[in-house]
Amino acid sequence: MSDLIYRVKDLRVSFPDLSRKPLFGAAPRIDVLKGLSFDVAKGDVLGIVGGSGSGKSTLGRAMIRLLRPDSGSILFEGTEIAELNEDELRPLRKQFQMIFQDPMSSLNPRRRVGGIIAGPLRLQGFDNIPSRVDEALEMVGLAKRFSERYPHELSGGQRQRVGIARAIALKPDFILADEIVSGLDVSSQAQVLNLLEQLVRELGLTLAFVSHDLSVIRRLCTRIFVLQKGEIVENAPTAELFDNPKSAYTRALLDAIPLPDPDQVWS
Amino acid sequence: MSYLTTKDLTVRLRNGAPLLRKVSLAVKSGEVRALVGESGAGKSMIGKAVLGILPRAAKLTGGEILLDGEDLLTLPPKQRRAKIGAKVALIPQDPLTALNPSRRVGPQITDRLVDILGWKRKEAEDRAVELLDEVHIQSPERVMRSYPHELSGGMRQRILIASAFAAEPKLIIADEPTTALDVTVQKQILKLIREMQERHDTALLFVTHDLGVVSKISQSLTVLYAGKVIEETDVRTFFAAPKHAYSRALLAATPKYTDPDGSLMPVPDSIISEVEQEVAAFDAQLKR
Repeated sequence: MSDLIYRVKDLRVSFPDLSRKPLFGAAPRIDVLKGLSFDVAKGDVLGIVGGSGSGKSTLGRAMIRLLRPDSGSILFEGTEIAELNEDELRPLRKQFQMIFQDPMSSLNPRRRVGGIIAGPLRLQGFDNIPSRVDEALEMVGLAKRFSERYPHELSGGQRQRVGIARAIALKPDFILADEIVSGLDVSSQAQVLNLLEQLVRELGLTLAFVSHDLSVIRRLCTRIFVLQKGEIVENAPTAELFDNPKSAYTRALLDAIPLPDPDQVWS
Repeated sequence: MSYLTTKDLTVRLRNGAPLLRKVSLAVKSGEVRALVGESGAGKSMIGKAVLGILPRAAKLTGGEILLDGEDLLTLPPKQRRAKIGAKVALIPQDPLTALNPSRRVGPQITDRLVDILGWKRKEAEDRAVELLDEVHIQSPERVMRSYPHELSGGMRQRILIASAFAAEPKLIIADEPTTALDVTVQKQILKLIREMQERHDTALLFVTHDLGVVSKISQSLTVLYAGKVIEETDVRTFFAAPKHAYSRALLAATPKYTDPDGSLMPVPDSIISEVEQEVAAFDAQLKR
């Protein structure tokens, strides 16, 4: 198929296990991703789900090359990016962006919102930066005057919107959103999820949404990967996964979600 | 008879801005009451007021906190602290920042028994091993000698639960103890808290913003907005038919994976302004 944005083959990532490092010599490696192969179609909203330590964030970070994989191939829009170095990646970076989990620590506290959003635009050599900043703010539902504010003056939900605005200002093809609602309360969470849904529709984005909670992504995602111990244990369209979960681990993840219903049996 | 009762509890910032507006609530021994609200609603502030650990910028300006019928606020500070130390414990939100990273786990559990209750070190250690066993930690002796970074998030939260129950407190305040955990671990920890609370017949005040969690852990709940009690009821009545429009909106914003449409409604502005007006009217009434 030609409308694939990602084609990933046998992706392997490992980290050094420093707690078992001998006094001399290299630390033993822990395999975090154990040979993952998958495709992502353009316009897909991919949910990457798993418990802590399952490798879900590592997978996301490898896809946008914040990590260098040990081996394997990552074809992004037909370009092999697995082995590229930082200089070769930089021109590509505007095509894949990231929204971080904790907006407080991913927004520079000493810069105003306008400057935060303008930063990557300037690095990537865009023109008309002020109008692009205003446009991005408008798309995430923040008034222009917010560009004069500092991050600490905003609520959690507003900060997360700034993170989203910074990512979409570059008009990327792909966005990785790593646990971006887990720190928010339910109302702000609903707002941010609805906003993402709207942006995906309006901008034709491809999105990967990393989460440990299946309940927040049912509406948003079109396809879900369930990760366990560095392997994809289930890869299915959303409806299919919820109606007929094939792997025992997916069922365990679903069963663990507390529904707002006192009659739910929670064995 | 309720173990903890607050009457018209009022907390203000030093500049006079109200954080808690005449909050009255009660928790019986063996009961779990959830405190629900969005961030900034004052749900954690209630726990802090009871524990006497309000932030420097806040001040308790009115009301009563009755513990076992005795008003804490009329006690001299030393007696008050002794009573809180002996009868009330906290399960904090973030198990990593709540444990001292440079000390082994064991002494962090026993400190409380030795320092506040005057137990012998050896007795306290035996009790700690017993407790770690009770929270289903395998090889408790080894865990006692571990440092916090050597343990997983779920393990650390188990240790804090064990340490909260160590001195057989009558009241435990749990401040979002599972928000840092993933769903499968959250389930285990909620069940463990419930199991421990039932076995020890403790009164539990459970702070959370997740109504899903509320329905699993508590028998009753208090919904707060801007430090004011919006609705107070038992869990079954609440989930069958929340009375206040704001409670209904919170429930509508809570994700339900069983709903195929799965649309999430943020709390609408109209309801926010309605509840804001209610709070303003309440403030005006107080001034009169």
